[in-house]
Amino acid sequence: MTLDKLLVIAAALFCCGLYTVMTRRNAVAVLMGVELILNATNINFVAFSFFLNRVMGGQIFAVFVIVLAAAEAAVALAIFLRMFSTTGTVEVDVADQLKG
Amino acid sequence: MSGPADYIFYAAAAMTVGAAILVAILPNILYAAVALLFSFAGVAGLYILLSADFLGATQILVYVGGILVLLLFAVFLSNRISDAKITNPTHFRLPAAAICLVLFGVLSYAGVSTPYAVKKGVYLPTTADIGELLMTRYLLPFEVASVLLLAALIGAALLSRPDRAAPEKGEMEEGKG
Repeated sequence: MTLDKLLVIAAALFCCGLYTVMTRRNAVAVLMGVELILNATNINFVAFSFFLNRVMGGQIFAVFVIVLAAAEAAVALAIFLRMFSTTGTVEVDVADQLKG
Repeated sequence: MSGPADYIFYAAAAMTVGAAILVAILPNILYAAVALLFSFAGVAGLYILLSADFLGATQILVYVGGILVLLLFAVFLSNRISDAKITNPTHFRLPAAAICLVLFGVLSYAGVSTPYAVKKGVYLPTTADIGELLMTRYLLPFEVASVLLLAALIGAALLSRPDRAAPEKGEMEEGKG
């Protein structure tokens, strides 16, 4: 277990999340991709905190990222339910009412 | 470091990345959600291997126990029962895959080629340190996060409440809603 390997794992996780965000049309699946990206950043924070002098700031930052992810998921899912009751679907390319 | 910890590390890493790839490519969104569960669990294993025991437990509790259940609720609530299968058509596959592969190469190269001043990690309990830092040095972000969670809670409850015909002014003060 070295820092290099962890950085590569985080990069792979980030790219999987990015691919999910770019290709999916279902908004819930897009949110899953965002969660993957947040996990990738968290791995980086914790890995640097472990390998560079055990600075606890990295882990604290990861805690806050988890808090934000929870809040974001709750609000996003409320918005999705609203969107479903309005348009009957949660596909992101249907939500183009603001397009001129 | 070699020995059992290495095998556990490779197992956790394979589970994390393999499940993340499944999340990206599985067409059925329910299967993708289950794959996401394994990916989160693998990340929790990596946290524990990185001497972040508190974060590993938090990951299991918040992500697997909270966010994933929320996601599954959303999947079930946002698809019509009459739909035979909850599939999730994808688009822009090839350009997205190309962009992600290139980005993966760049990120990996940047991470591997940068000479970091790596020290040998030590395994110590972290919960007490995190608690102390949250109450001293990081008190302001801690309080801001609590206010944010309250705002998100109220906002989510307000957003997801059932439809009502245009509430009149003053109706809210009468204890409704």
